[in-house]
Amino acid sequence: MRRHAAARFAVLATGAGACGACDYRRGALDPASPDAMLIQILWWVFFWTAAFVFTGVLVALAVALYRGRGRATAQGSSPDVHPDAALERRTERAVLAATALSVVILVSLLLASVFGGRTLFRSPHAPLHAKLVAHQWWWEIQYHGKTASDLVTTANELHLPAGVPVDVELASADVIHSLWIPNLHGKRDLIPGHLSHLVLRPARPGSYEGRCAEFCGLQHAKMDLRVIVEPPAQFSAWLTAARRPAPPPATASAQRGAEIFARGPCGMCHGVVGSKASASAGPDLTHFASRAWLGAGALPNSALNLRAWLEDPQAVKPGVQMPPTRLPAGELDDLLAYLGTLR
Amino acid sequence: MRFTGFAAGVMLLLAGASCRREERRFSEPAARLARPVHAAQQPSGAPVAAFVDNAWSVSEGQRLYGWFNCAGCHSLAGGGGMGPPLRDAEWLYGGTPEAIHRSIVEGRPNGMPAFGTRVPDYQVWQLVAYVLSFSGRLRLDVAPGRPESIALGEPASLTDRKNPRPPAVHP
Repeated sequence: MRRHAAARFAVLATGAGACGACDYRRGALDPASPDAMLIQILWWVFFWTAAFVFTGVLVALAVALYRGRGRATAQGSSPDVHPDAALERRTERAVLAATALSVVILVSLLLASVFGGRTLFRSPHAPLHAKLVAHQWWWEIQYHGKTASDLVTTANELHLPAGVPVDVELASADVIHSLWIPNLHGKRDLIPGHLSHLVLRPARPGSYEGRCAEFCGLQHAKMDLRVIVEPPAQFSAWLTAARRPAPPPATASAQRGAEIFARGPCGMCHGVVGSKASASAGPDLTHFASRAWLGAGALPNSALNLRAWLEDPQAVKPGVQMPPTRLPAGELDDLLAYLGTLR
Repeated sequence: MRFTGFAAGVMLLLAGASCRREERRFSEPAARLARPVHAAQQPSGAPVAAFVDNAWSVSEGQRLYGWFNCAGCHSLAGGGGMGPPLRDAEWLYGGTPEAIHRSIVEGRPNGMPAFGTRVPDYQVWQLVAYVLSFSGRLRLDVAPGRPESIALGEPASLTDRKNPRPPAVHP
């Protein structure tokens, strides 16, 4: 039994050690924007205050236990009906002082939280606009340009320029979701029938992770948003490339694949700009092959994974709203060849 | 005391039955995943009940009705527009579940496209289940109680669900 406990402790200790080596880029403790920095400051203020109070209470408890030891046996179990008046006064003062201190600490924390929150969501002016629509279970991203043909629609990868504030309009297509990119900002709900805004001000280039932070159904856990922050010049180059329609398929196999995509089952939900497929119920696939993940973080985007995903998405992400694709073997190869050209 | 136990047993049984009412099937048998086959070649009865008596199938059908833009011709609540209405007692090509399945799979003259090569069989049956709800032909415990969208007019929960069919219009 003891050996079991020791083993369990070893496992826990290793776990804690492993988490000590956790990639802090995943968390809110590595801010990459002024807003995340403010949240981090708030967090540490709360953490150290709580740690200070907790330690103080434990120390007071230990002192009380130490000083009160032996008193109960000396006086027996009968209640003390003639307390020492001087001791009573001192205790009363100590309780009053502790209560006053608690009120001051709690009110200060409340003020820090309220003013921190107001600073976070005051929406500064942003030169760039994007729209984020949450779906069960993926993210739709739109960048509007000067004309309608400049519209870029993509999925699950949010590209942002470093050092440029971006006003992100948030909407939901079905149920309540919540956007959380810990490195950049706090959480913001996406509510059906209601538009909200979040101004993201990424300061440092890098790749960050976003999550849905409001339980939204069966695959809530697999609803990842990759946030790619690039230097402005690189971002403009990406946006220009994203505005281009998909390249026409060159090989015969890819051409057959394009036809299967548009006239077969894929085109019922997915769209590819520059082809006959123009549906918008599922993720836009115009530049699908340049994305890193399949199914909002379900699998890395590789040819083998894509085949497995197409054949049975339910095996990878049970409940996902994509039906299995049953095509004759040759047609599936053509379709994969076509999807590979969508760079 | 004995009655309480009996009542609890009955309640449990009923609860079990209601679970089946919205049972979710994420993996269908192979035949339902493939392209749908001619309704006449289908083994009759079984697939119809599995989809039509299942509230989750109906709600999936509702989602697909929007996604596949059925509303573009038949309007949102099946009231009809460019295409014929789906909520009255008049059916040009038959109003049985099998006939509706066939209309979706094979298409019909004057505009109804054939979706047989584009939609797997189980989704066609989900659409059939939802289309049947327009004319009030689903079981009362399966039919949607209220639409999820914001709508003008009387709430669906207050309308007469025993008799929702509008009077047939004879020209």
